[in-house]
Amino acid sequence: MPSAPVRIILPGMLRDLVGGVAEIEVESPTESQTVAELLDRAFAEHRILEGKVRDERGQIRRHVKVFVNGEDATRGEGIGAPVPAGARVHIINAVSGG
Amino acid sequence: MFSDLVDTVNMTETIVAIGTRKGLWIARSTDRQDWTLEGPHFLMSEVASVAVDTREGRSTLLAGVKSWHWGPTVQASTDGGRTWTESAERAIAFPSDTDTALERVWQLTPDPNDSEVVWAGVEPHALFKSTDRGEHYELVRGLWDHPHRPTWEPGFGGGAVHTILPEPGHPESVLVAMSTGGVYRSGDGGDSWAPSNPGIRAGFNPENEYPEFGQCVHKVARGQGEGELFAQNHNGVYRSHDNGATWDSIADGLPTDFGFTILAHPRRPGVVWVVPVVDGGERIPPDAQLQVQRSDDAGSTWRQQATGLPDHSYTCVLRDAASLDSADPVGVYLGTRNGDVFASADEGESFQRIATQLPDVLAVRAAQLA
Repeated sequence: MPSAPVRIILPGMLRDLVGGVAEIEVESPTESQTVAELLDRAFAEHRILEGKVRDERGQIRRHVKVFVNGEDATRGEGIGAPVPAGARVHIINAVSGG
Repeated sequence: MFSDLVDTVNMTETIVAIGTRKGLWIARSTDRQDWTLEGPHFLMSEVASVAVDTREGRSTLLAGVKSWHWGPTVQASTDGGRTWTESAERAIAFPSDTDTALERVWQLTPDPNDSEVVWAGVEPHALFKSTDRGEHYELVRGLWDHPHRPTWEPGFGGGAVHTILPEPGHPESVLVAMSTGGVYRSGDGGDSWAPSNPGIRAGFNPENEYPEFGQCVHKVARGQGEGELFAQNHNGVYRSHDNGATWDSIADGLPTDFGFTILAHPRRPGVVWVVPVVDGGERIPPDAQLQVQRSDDAGSTWRQQATGLPDHSYTCVLRDAASLDSADPVGVYLGTRNGDVFASADEGESFQRIATQLPDVLAVRAAQLA
């Protein structure tokens, strides 16, 4: 039985690429999934986001952060970090550049 | 009214696509004297490569764009640069077995022999080929699998295939150049590659100044003479009369043998331009006078062209930040690291500034659109 969906909140720069969509709701097939599995599901319908958030090896880009319930997953287990059912996930562009 | 109509019908637009560290601008003119400037497109994204594809009457532009956050991509415009789209799927991606990620697209080259083919030179050192006008690209395995590849070192700008020269009339013949690595040629359309640097000095190599490969070539241009090529290297300017099989120095008479870019006349054999840069860590124009050096005899003699270019100039022109158009007389275009773009409508005899205060210019491509 599916669990509570995960909500992914997109940054403004990515919303423009998917017709202004601000949030993507992803069904959670189990009580927990990894960040990689979550992004696979989320980007299946929004293919252009795949190349923006991850490189072709599946790694989250260096200046992109993924927060799971307020915790920076990219600092810890990265794409293998667990995402519990019902989580709030923020994808943000890091504060960098010049 | 009638004369206006005639002008409109006969109007040929010259465009200059200007890729910078923080976006793309496009200058337009119908007489190469009065210019308008549009942009930025892709603000805050680096545009290291631009191609203008006029084959079969197209007005297609391709741009290698890299967002600091969202990575590299290829953007395309079919209306002369006014509107842009990108594929939802990655246009250029390394296959999974390479365990490699694309860093940057440094070169986009429409093939003169096949109007469907576009080549892409990328960082890390690799060559890709598109057979659908630049929408999707495949890794050229023959170069990727070359046994020399692990020894190719990144230059200061990164390790990349930055020059791609298919030979007009000979679809099987392609030349690439890379920093560092040198010149490589294929005689079978890209299936196999061999280094081709005889005569090119690598003065930074203390053990062997004339190695088989490993030269730091900055740019190669194809001339109009039989087998004519010109190369600007890290310390060295060269010509070849045998399609790159051998090279001879043509640096005598230049104020410095260092520079990044080189241009060859699209119709007249032996006419070539370089933009000299002082070596020794200074990387500024000789005597702080921004200039081009032109030769009309394939590099045997040179003369300075600097009318309209600034003195007290401490900038420089990078390897792809110069271009020619195809008009008669040929237009010459230079983009500088301090965000100026200069245009000459008389083959370099005089320049005017057509853009200023842009971010540092990485790529300039000029063309006439129908």
